[in-house]
Amino acid sequence: MEIEVKLFAGFRKGRFVKEVFKIDEGVSVSDILARLEINEEDTGIIFVNGRHAKPEYILCDLDVLSVFPVVGGG
Amino acid sequence: MKDKIYRVNISTMDGHIEDVPEKLVGLGGRGLTSAVVSDEVEPLCHPLGKNNKLIFAPGLLSGTIAANSGRLSAGAKSPLTGSIKESNSGGTAARIFARTGIKALIIEGFPENRDEFYGIRIKAGTIEIEKTDLWGKGNFEVIDILSKDNPKAGVLTIGPAGEMRMAAANISVKDPGGKIRSLGRGGLGAVMGSKHIKYILIDPLGEESVSLVDPDKFKEAAKKFAKALVEHPVSGEGLPTYGTNVLTNVLHEAGGLPTRNFSSGQFEGHDNVSGEKMHELIEARGGKVRHGCHQGCVIQCSQIFNDKDGNRVTSGFEYETIWAIGANCGIDDLDALAEADRLMDDIGIDSIETGVAIAVSMEGGLAEFGDSKALIKIIGEDIKNGTPLGRIIGAGAEVTGKVYGVRRVPVVKSQALPAYDPRAVKGIGITYATSPMGADHTAGYSVTSNILNVGGATDPLKKEGQVELSRSLQIATASLDTAGLCIFVAFAVLDNSAAMDAIVDMLNARFGSSITADDVMDLGASVLKMEREFNKKAGFTEKDDRLPEFFREEKLPPHGVTWDFTDQEIDDFWNF
Repeated sequence: MEIEVKLFAGFRKGRFVKEVFKIDEGVSVSDILARLEINEEDTGIIFVNGRHAKPEYILCDLDVLSVFPVVGGG
Repeated sequence: MKDKIYRVNISTMDGHIEDVPEKLVGLGGRGLTSAVVSDEVEPLCHPLGKNNKLIFAPGLLSGTIAANSGRLSAGAKSPLTGSIKESNSGGTAARIFARTGIKALIIEGFPENRDEFYGIRIKAGTIEIEKTDLWGKGNFEVIDILSKDNPKAGVLTIGPAGEMRMAAANISVKDPGGKIRSLGRGGLGAVMGSKHIKYILIDPLGEESVSLVDPDKFKEAAKKFAKALVEHPVSGEGLPTYGTNVLTNVLHEAGGLPTRNFSSGQFEGHDNVSGEKMHELIEARGGKVRHGCHQGCVIQCSQIFNDKDGNRVTSGFEYETIWAIGANCGIDDLDALAEADRLMDDIGIDSIETGVAIAVSMEGGLAEFGDSKALIKIIGEDIKNGTPLGRIIGAGAEVTGKVYGVRRVPVVKSQALPAYDPRAVKGIGITYATSPMGADHTAGYSVTSNILNVGGATDPLKKEGQVELSRSLQIATASLDTAGLCIFVAFAVLDNSAAMDAIVDMLNARFGSSITADDVMDLGASVLKMEREFNKKAGFTEKDDRLPEFFREEKLPPHGVTWDFTDQEIDDFWNF
């Protein structure tokens, strides 16, 4: 399966903006974060296909995963 | 120093200094401006006529060492909405007001002589009204001229938009760098222009420390408060590093970034105008990533943005502005947006209302979406010079929609919606619908729990919990606006009870009171109800608490969602 991973704000530092990942079935958001060496507690917003998702969410083919640190504005 | 009310009657050219009436003693900021408007302004008056009044008030904690307490409120009946209006801003004025014992400045009347223009100079104990030849000048020049002999003076000024009484005109507030922050929304600049007042200079001469009943307790609480702000990841790190514009990518990913006049929730050019891109450009061009709008700000969400040659273009370049003239107009050129922002500061016009009005005109065929040259021309030539087109855009999105025969006009109570599509961020839609101010995101920022996962989590695409969320945020916000605190303290207040306790402790130490957190919330609730009461007397009904029809009928990509609250569900907001 393929998923797209998008990183934002400080998470881009030393990593990337957008990349396609080949993953096996049963891989969760947590697994991807671990692979990227991002601490779960440092994440503020996790979207899968533009909807809020929990770290235990199991990714499906063609999912778009977007990960932000804790941010705000207004 | 004892707090006083300073009153200027521009009909008789008199200034009076009055004792603070008992019922206003416990109020500041928005609570105070809304109370004076409710008490003294005839609800059916014309906003640009002699019966409207313009009120300025620092918050209850302004002028103290409390972090982020430097907000100044301005209030009147709004020429844009016809409703009560409070708008607040950073800058240096709130602090000087508070430290010279000016609890409020009330400007009333209407000058007989329509050929003369005035400035007001106030300092502790005196009010002077003078004729001025600065009428016609841009805000930056006015601030430079007035600050020349008095660099520390606070300045409130209107630009050409306010002079022409455009319904989207704002009032500029000098910031600590001598540049501009804005009392942005609702056309208060037009009210000041109608009274022929170009500027108000607040002289810090005679400043004293704000009196505190229990200075030690205050200091301790202020320390706790600052610590809570700095330790919260949003106010301590997210906002200072990326500014408010970090939201461009957040809202794009969430599918709630209004694009090309609210026709989509995603903008393909989002990365070019994002907070991340802006951060990169500011660093590469020698700008400044962190910048505070007032003394005592520990968040520093503002910034200074330079052009490619390293020359300063603008500061306080916010998400709302970048969205209104960017994604909403289909423009992804950050340099063009920065130039437009600078022009709007100088002309003195609300960037949200202007951007939304221009997007509506683009839909009506005035220019193509994405045409940044047209954007700059409309602002820098038409609005600035008051051409017929400039007057139309300057009258706001609703008027522009009528003139161009556009059906998709995103306004509530005639005020343009800001940067979150209410179909995909439903909690903010409830705030747009119900706020007595018209569509205003700051009035109850449900984006926190809908999108940012701060202060809880509420699914932004579902209706459940949104009315309650907006209600509690609008009540809390009315309290913070009365205290003179920046809305961004709310991130810490929502997540950490120590922050709210510290606010209560500071208020008690300042005034020798013994109020509780519940009392502070009750105060916010009473301010909201008072504002709604004014609106009722001005002719507003629950039918004005509605979003435009197209939000119910057009599905917003990418989630395919509509605005689906019933009237009953919206009206339930007011059951408190």
